[in-house]
Amino acid sequence: MTDLLFWVLAASLTCCALGVVLSRSLFRAAYWLAGALVTTALLYLALTAPLLAAVQLLLYTGGVLTLVVFALVMTAQGDDPTRWRRPIPAMVLALLVFAVLASYLPGLEPGPALGQAQGGLDDGMAAGVELFTRYLVPFELLSVLLLGAIFGALVIARKDEEAP
Amino acid sequence: MTVERLLLLSFLIFSIGLFGVLARRHVIAILLSLELMFNSVNLAILAVAWHQGWLTGVLIVLFGIAITVAEVAVGLSLFLLAERIRRTTCADDLSALKG
Repeated sequence: MTDLLFWVLAASLTCCALGVVLSRSLFRAAYWLAGALVTTALLYLALTAPLLAAVQLLLYTGGVLTLVVFALVMTAQGDDPTRWRRPIPAMVLALLVFAVLASYLPGLEPGPALGQAQGGLDDGMAAGVELFTRYLVPFELLSVLLLGAIFGALVIARKDEEAP
Repeated sequence: MTVERLLLLSFLIFSIGLFGVLARRHVIAILLSLELMFNSVNLAILAVAWHQGWLTGVLIVLFGIAITVAEVAVGLSLFLLAERIRRTTCADDLSALKG
């Protein structure tokens, strides 16, 4: 893993994130978010987790972006004319949170050799076995959660024809 | 590429997303910034997992992504409902629950 690749991906991710937050048009913000998510998928690939990179691209980028663009088209609210609400305190708070988080970095324990401890993170078979043995209950609960989310979204967004 | 740099990058993205959540008015803009924050947390988890050779981290991120997608679906349907009933897309106008 070369340093150059990391710096390119980091710069791209930061630019995309700033684009999401700063752009006036919400469509552009959505496309910047897609850029950020794809860059993160590339980072996952660099971190020897190709399974996650695929899931990130398919589910996260594809699914979330489609939903957001669809909602924007449904409501024809492309632009955001009054976009800021107290940006200076928000910026101060965000910088403060960043400083507090970054101050924990030096206390990080040095781990075993990078990505080598159990043969890396790209062991799809081991991940599958873990998923269906140790994490079977959370996995099933997740399916219930997704079902609930689908029904909840349907019920909330439905048009009530005979509502009083 | 070291775990410290990766974590620093993820903290930076988290802070940018936090700024967006706090400073934007449009509901969808807030939702997009929230996605950015989720994404940075996933990146941080995977960075630590990569550092420690910790396979469970991959599964945690997998669960996280699925939960986030569910959250987006519900959030967007709430947005559509608010737009239809209150005729507004500005988070400041959605203050019916304010005490």
